[in-house]
Amino acid sequence: MTYLKKMFVSNMSVMSAFCAITISLMLAILLLWFSGAPPIETGKLLLEGSLGNATRLSDTSMVWVPLALASASLIITFAAGLWNIGVEGQIIVGAIFASFVAREFDAPAPLLWGAMIMAGALGGMFWGGLTGLLRIKGKVNEIFGGLGLTFVATGIVIYLVIGPWKRAGIASTSGTAPFDSKAWFPTIMDLRVSPLAILLALAGLWLVYYLLKQSKFGLQLRATGINAIAASRLGVRTERNLMLAFLLGGVLAGIAGTVQVGAMHHKLVPSISGGYGYLAILVVLLGNYKSFRSGLISFFFAMIAVGSIQWQLRLDLHSSLGGVTQGILVLVVLVVMAIFTQYQRNQRI
Amino acid sequence: MHPETIATIVAASSPLVFAVLGETLTEKVGVVNLSLDGSMLLAAMVGFAIAFTTGSVELGFLAAALASSLVALIIVFTSIELRLNQIAIGLILTLLGTKLAAFLGQDFVRQVGPSVQARAIPYLEDIPYLGKIFFDHNPVVYASFLAIVLVYTFLFHTRHGLELQSSGERPEAAFAKGIPVNRLRYIYTALGGALVGIGGAAFSLDVKLGWSEGHIANFGWIALAIVIFGGWHPVRAALGCYIFGALQIIALRLQPELPGLSQVLPILPFPIMILTLVAVNHPLIRKIGLRSSVLGKIVRSDPPAALGRPFWRE
Repeated sequence: MTYLKKMFVSNMSVMSAFCAITISLMLAILLLWFSGAPPIETGKLLLEGSLGNATRLSDTSMVWVPLALASASLIITFAAGLWNIGVEGQIIVGAIFASFVAREFDAPAPLLWGAMIMAGALGGMFWGGLTGLLRIKGKVNEIFGGLGLTFVATGIVIYLVIGPWKRAGIASTSGTAPFDSKAWFPTIMDLRVSPLAILLALAGLWLVYYLLKQSKFGLQLRATGINAIAASRLGVRTERNLMLAFLLGGVLAGIAGTVQVGAMHHKLVPSISGGYGYLAILVVLLGNYKSFRSGLISFFFAMIAVGSIQWQLRLDLHSSLGGVTQGILVLVVLVVMAIFTQYQRNQRI
Repeated sequence: MHPETIATIVAASSPLVFAVLGETLTEKVGVVNLSLDGSMLLAAMVGFAIAFTTGSVELGFLAAALASSLVALIIVFTSIELRLNQIAIGLILTLLGTKLAAFLGQDFVRQVGPSVQARAIPYLEDIPYLGKIFFDHNPVVYASFLAIVLVYTFLFHTRHGLELQSSGERPEAAFAKGIPVNRLRYIYTALGGALVGIGGAAFSLDVKLGWSEGHIANFGWIALAIVIFGGWHPVRAALGCYIFGALQIIALRLQPELPGLSQVLPILPFPIMILTLVAVNHPLIRKIGLRSSVLGKIVRSDPPAALGRPFWRE
């Protein structure tokens, strides 16, 4: 691991990163071309569609918020050596808890927002904690525990939307009735962008950076992630650390869920998590588990997500093309970086 | 239970049987192919698209096996040659496979294409009770029975099978004995991937006909969980598939009686999956497994010792 770290600070790594990005962009262009899209046109549409005017920029930043929060959540658990694939479910449960507060409580607006955020964080923490319990006490690998719980959360959300929380008179999967406008996070003018949500995402990324880089807890967590047995021999309480990582990851994911209901949909819908939990896996792998980089990549991925809507509208391209581009990008960058690393390793021997 | 119900369960479970056998082979040699959810979808799409275009179901299966095998090869190649993490690459390929299947399959959505034709086996189908269950199906279902027997015999009763197992348990020792560990990992990961692909095509060409986006989403994860439940033993894993199939049929039959829960019933497998995983890892179960060798074979679930751990000769 230290070897890899050294590589990353050397010039070689800058070059390899540059090459990796160039090659993957070229591949992406080839792919677009192959699928019948004029490459320059698609590139222009992507930029215009995601940053072109205030509305689009604000849409992009509102995709960025949950993605960045989910990424922050994954970075914490990755540091402990965990594959916390259950982030998606934690987002959903956070959204459910926040919706509960928005529906059932009446308070002055700022208080209500605070209560929603607290409730969402609690919900995510609860679901993350369950995954942690399954892993630590039940010896169930967190990939399966997390995924299983995600599907359970999906079931709960559908049950709520068509059952107890259905709109008066009609039960449809299009969602619950909109919340009282007091529970809507404030936005800048008529745009979608909510400064509160942006602040939450920035705070989440900073918190993860601070914890992992500056705190004793972060050091112990990373030690647990690298070698749990060695860490526990050195007096680190590894089980407690793992559990804390799950809980903290859950808090961040739960806040992402809160933003989804409080600032985006203003109601609970079955697809409330928006796939951000899964997409964040790609972000964090590409960002090499670092919070600043992952924040930037989240924004780039949000641009692809929002911009590719224009591909659909203007060029009649399939909606999955954005996702294909993201996946190929991550795969190619990892492979090209690894080829460089491998080449250097061979040089040294 | 009525023989026809059992026959339905056995037939409906055949795609999962292929996928689970394939992943068991792959994991036995020490490689985790976590991409199942994506590669099965991709294979289901490729299988259907090829069968639809050429009119040949056999070519569809072949193409599906190749596509899924290719995905599996990416995992083993990046792990052995580039030292990338198998889980990371597997997850990327899961997401990429899902999106790629949706993208490449857009022209085949909800088309009516060819499917595997039923062919009862003469004479054998007339055996009372058992004939209905085992011999009144189509070739894909018979192939799934055959695959269970073949994988079991190969793994535990042939020299090659033992070499495969040693590569997943003690790669260093195996290598010292002259077994080409990494070559075996390439071969059996590709072979396992091909079986996974056949499983995917068995969905789109037999059990759940046709193609649409997210056609068989989540079945890959179920397959991965059944491999663990099956304790990396092909016969037990196949049994897991049949139990899962039975649960699904029960849920389907319950739907008319519990209309309010019809949207929620599809998620029922997942809490059950978690509980079974807790059960197979429970200390009590493990203790029983250690005490008695016969019971141990039935209840214990230990992964290959070098599962997911790359082997480099240095």
